[in-house]
Amino acid sequence: MQNRTDKIKEIAKRLLDEEKVDLVLGHRKGTIPLKNTPGFAYNKDEVEELLWDGNCRSNLATFLPRLKDKRIAVVAQGCVSRNIVGLIIEKQIPRENLYIIGVPCIGMLDPNILREKVSGEILETKEDETKIILKGSGFEISVEREDVLRNNCKLCLHRNPTLFDELVVDEVREQNVSGRYDDITALENKTSEERTTYFDELLSSCIRCYACRDACPLCYCPVCFVDESNPQWCGKSTDPRDVLNYHILRAFHCAGRCTECGACEDACPMDIKVRMLTRKIEKDIQENYDGYEAGMSLDAEPPLATFKPNDPQSFIK
Amino acid sequence: MAEMILEKQDMAAFTAEINKGYELFGPVKNGKQLEIARVNEVSDMVLEGYRNTDMSPKNLFFPQSEEMMAFKKYGDDANIYKDSLKEIAPRVIFGIRPCDAKAFSVLDQIFKNDQFIDNYWFSKREKSVMIGLGCNMPCSTCFCTSVNSHPFGETGLDVLATDLDNRYLLKTLTKKGEDILSGVSCLKVANDDDLSSAKSLSEKAVSEISGNLELKNIDKKSVLDLFNADFWERVQEPCLNCGTCTYVCPTCHCFDIQDEVFKDEGIRVRNWDSCMSWLFTIHGSGHNPRPGKKERVRQRFMHKFKYIPIKRDGEIGCVGCGRCIRMCPVNIDVREVVKLMNS
Repeated sequence: MQNRTDKIKEIAKRLLDEEKVDLVLGHRKGTIPLKNTPGFAYNKDEVEELLWDGNCRSNLATFLPRLKDKRIAVVAQGCVSRNIVGLIIEKQIPRENLYIIGVPCIGMLDPNILREKVSGEILETKEDETKIILKGSGFEISVEREDVLRNNCKLCLHRNPTLFDELVVDEVREQNVSGRYDDITALENKTSEERTTYFDELLSSCIRCYACRDACPLCYCPVCFVDESNPQWCGKSTDPRDVLNYHILRAFHCAGRCTECGACEDACPMDIKVRMLTRKIEKDIQENYDGYEAGMSLDAEPPLATFKPNDPQSFIK
Repeated sequence: MAEMILEKQDMAAFTAEINKGYELFGPVKNGKQLEIARVNEVSDMVLEGYRNTDMSPKNLFFPQSEEMMAFKKYGDDANIYKDSLKEIAPRVIFGIRPCDAKAFSVLDQIFKNDQFIDNYWFSKREKSVMIGLGCNMPCSTCFCTSVNSHPFGETGLDVLATDLDNRYLLKTLTKKGEDILSGVSCLKVANDDDLSSAKSLSEKAVSEISGNLELKNIDKKSVLDLFNADFWERVQEPCLNCGTCTYVCPTCHCFDIQDEVFKDEGIRVRNWDSCMSWLFTIHGSGHNPRPGKKERVRQRFMHKFKYIPIKRDGEIGCVGCGRCIRMCPVNIDVREVVKLMNS
C-alpha cells in the first residue's frame, strides 16, 4: 500500500510543480478508523496528506462533472477509471482536462464485515497487502484481507484501470470469479410474489437520504426525477411504493453504465444492499448485448444510448 | 428526588409492574439496526455493550412520515381537511441516552413558540416517560461535554439510570419519574456505595470523552464574519449533499408538507426534509437562495452553532452524539468544522 501512496504523492507533486493541473483529487485519511475522505490537493502540503489504502471507497469520478472547468489529476482504480470513461463518452467531462493517475487495485475493505469481527469499538487499524489488524479497547486481532473485502471487490473483474496517463505500480493480476451472478440467478428463479417480498424487505429501512444517488458517478442529472416538483413524479414519504419506485428507477437509469464500484452501498447509512437492483440490470445488459461492460473503452457504444436494427427486442411483448 | 436500585435480574418484574397502562420502548434490534422501539419481550432489549442507536430516536416523536390531516374530494365535507392526529398510548422509554434526551428538550423549544404549539410533537412527548441510561462507555466520536450535554446528563429525562454492572441505580428527576417508580415492589433504596459508584462511573466517562471543543469564539464572532468565512469553500468540497447527516441527527427537525391523493381521497403528510437538498430552498420563481453546495453545507453548521444559540439563549443545536461523524459517507467531521468556526 505504501508504494502506491508514495507514487501517488510523487506524481501529484510533479504535476502541480509543472503546473500541468490545478488540483489533484485523491484520498485522505479520515478522522475515524476505516473511513477516508476525498482529498483535494492544491499544493505540496496537501499532497502530503494523500494516501492509498483499503478505505478509498469514495468514487472520485463523482466529483468530476462539477469541476470540469479545472485541470484535474484524479486518482483512479479500475472501477473509477471505467466511470471516467463513461463520463467522457457521455460528454460530462473533457478528456483533455484530466490526468488520470491509475492505481492497480487489490480491493477495498468492508467496514461492516470488520465491525462484526470484534465486540467493541475499533479504534485503530493497520493493513498490508494480505492482513488487516484491528485494535480497540481490550482487543487486537488480525484478519485476512481477502475475507473482509467488499462484495463488489470480491466479484471485481477489472482491478486495473482501463484508462490512465500513468500507473503507480505494475498491473495486478485480474481475479477469476466464479458464480458472479449466482445470487441474482437465485432471485430470478423466485416467483414474482417472492421477489416483491424480497425487495420490500431489502428496502424497508431506507430513509431516503439519497446518499446512494449522491455518491454515484452516474447520477449527475441537474435535477433528479425524485426532486422534480412540477410535475412531481415520485411521492416523498416513506411509503414502500415510493421508496421502491425511487430505487427501481434509479437502477434503470444506471443500466449499461454501472461499473460495480460499490459507492452506493458504501454511502448507505442503513447498510442496504442496493446493488441487488443494479447487478440484475447489468446481468441483463451482458446477456442481451454481447457481454457489454461499461467503461472498458472510449470507443465503445453504450448499448442503451445507441440504436441498431438488430437490437434484442424480446422484452417487447 | 429518590435514588433506588433495580437488580438486573428483576428487570422482567420491573417492566411488568410499570407496564400497566404503559407501552414499553427500549433499544432493540431491527434487522442489523439498533433502534429504540416497542419492546415485545424484555429479553429483546439490547442493554449490555450498547453504545447508542444507529439512527437517533427522534422518530418516536417526529416520525419520518406522519399523516397530519385527511380529506375527501366529494361529498358534504369535500376538501375539508380533518385532523388525523391520533392519541398514542402512554409509554415508558427505557434506555434512551442523555444526549438524545437533551436533543429533544432543545426541540421542545423549537416546536413551540408564543403563538403556536406543534401538537404532533407534543402529544407524543407528553405521553412519554423517559428513563435514560447514562453512558459508561462513550464512543470515540462522542463530544457531548463540549456542547452543553453530558454522558450522565439529566435534561429531558424523568429518570436517569446508571448501569452498576449487575444492577441499575435509578434517580428520579421529575414528578412523572417519581410517579412511574412509586409502588414498584422490586426496587430498593440505594446506599452510599451505589451513589459513589455511579459518581465515579460518571467521572470516568467524562474523562474518556476526548477532544474537548472550544466554542467561545463562535459566540464572539458576528454572524456575517462566520457566514463569509473562507473555510466554507474547503469544507464543502467533499460533501455529496446527501441527507444522511440531517436524517441521523437528533436535533435536525426540518420537514416538508405534501398532499398525497389517491382516487377520491387524500392525506396531508409531513416528511423529514434536509437542508442539504437544493429543493429545500428553491422558490416558486425558480430563484434559489442556497444555490450551491457551499451555501447548503454552511447552513447546517451555522444553524446548529450560531443561529440556534442566538435565538435560544445560548442553547446549542448539537448534542455531540457523533452520529453524523460515523455515518457521513465522506467523513465531514462536525468537530473539525467547529474548530474552523471557532478559530
